[in-house]
Amino acid sequence: MIETDILIIGAGPTGLFTVFEAGLLKMKCHLIDALPQAGGQCSEIYPKKPIYDIPAYPEILAGDLTEKLLEQCKQFEPGFTLGERAETIDKQADGSFVVTTNKGTQHKAPVVVIAGGLGSFEPRKPKLENIEFYEDKGVAYMIKDPEVYRNKKVVISGGGDSALDWSIFLSEVASEVTLIHRRNEFRGALDSVDKVQELKNSGKIHMITPAEVTALVGENQLEAIEVTKSGEAPFRIETDSFIPLFGLSPKLGPIGEWGLEIEKNAIKVNNALDYQTNIPGVFAIGDVNTYPGKLKLILCGFHEATLMCQAAYQIINPGKRYVLKYTTVSGIDGFDGTRKEAPKAVVKSIN
Amino acid sequence: MEQDVQIKITDRDGKLHEIAAPVDMALNLMEVVRLYELAPEGSIGICGGMAMCASCQCYVLTEHPLREMQDEEEAMLSEAFNVKPNSRLGCQIQITPEMEGLEIELAPED
Repeated sequence: MIETDILIIGAGPTGLFTVFEAGLLKMKCHLIDALPQAGGQCSEIYPKKPIYDIPAYPEILAGDLTEKLLEQCKQFEPGFTLGERAETIDKQADGSFVVTTNKGTQHKAPVVVIAGGLGSFEPRKPKLENIEFYEDKGVAYMIKDPEVYRNKKVVISGGGDSALDWSIFLSEVASEVTLIHRRNEFRGALDSVDKVQELKNSGKIHMITPAEVTALVGENQLEAIEVTKSGEAPFRIETDSFIPLFGLSPKLGPIGEWGLEIEKNAIKVNNALDYQTNIPGVFAIGDVNTYPGKLKLILCGFHEATLMCQAAYQIINPGKRYVLKYTTVSGIDGFDGTRKEAPKAVVKSIN
Repeated sequence: MEQDVQIKITDRDGKLHEIAAPVDMALNLMEVVRLYELAPEGSIGICGGMAMCASCQCYVLTEHPLREMQDEEEAMLSEAFNVKPNSRLGCQIQITPEMEGLEIELAPED
């Protein structure tokens, strides 16, 4: 059982900034995210797109924002459970909560903060017969551990960044990489497209376009796929794995069953005070919450995180008084023993 | 101030809505759908309007001259499900005075 002070569901920008604000109040955080990496939408959907409304950054790429938030909260040593979706919440006799993921990982904390954005990102599954049967038997919708594919035959389908990037990566790991896409054009970063072209030319990536995977074959596990080029008869390709990468779509998912008050696909919170939900001890911040006048902006999530931490402090340290401290004055003491502080001025006479 | 245009939108439950879309607010079709709450929040415009998801896919039912499809939109639609020849991404279609009388139908959610 993982134990922490504040359990954050969602490792997007709001969740990551919560780690920092909680750290200033000496509270430790652990984050759960359905995606295999931190950053939420910023790293999954648009890492290379600029954001213009982060205070003090006239322009910052979403991927860079994630990196900076991770750097900012690093000294408060957040724990991560990635690639797992928070499934159930159980209130304990001592008032704390146990949150269990779809993989069975258990987390215990006195305060739970839902910073889940639009929900957990679920892969969009191509409409193929029996595809569910082959899940974890050769079919995977996201790559958590590339080593699984070492010296294996892999077929990737899709035409976006993840299809390109994973084809490039796996061309060094797998014994055979086949990339199948409905059109000849791919969309992604220019260097990724160029690299795939280069790997195709050198025979390291086998490319079939414009084509679609139309059937899955195999007795107990995936053995082959059937590919159809438009206007041609389908043919088979033997493979150990089929990885369709058609993007992700967010679903509020199991959190919707936690007994929280939901309005317009978002969790209602008390915005007059601390962004607490109808369940005391459970907060919702960032894009996942709603209240009169709510704006789904990253900067609003930061503000909500900061106020929420004050309420969490009172739950974790009942009756303890707190005075706001400025980081410029007090510096930052990390849980890893580091200290950041403003350089001291010297007092020295000038003769 | 310029006049609103009248647009007919069939939602995902098959219900027809006749709405007035303002032409002076730099809105696109996806944003108009959200403005009138014709699809649940979180089920449309997920990427915010970057042609990076297909949650605002719609079928254009009339012959109005719309903004030509750009590469990004075409690429996204090539990866989307339930695509028809008249599919467009609502977020890529800016509301203009020429759209008076336009009829669209929202594509099903994935």
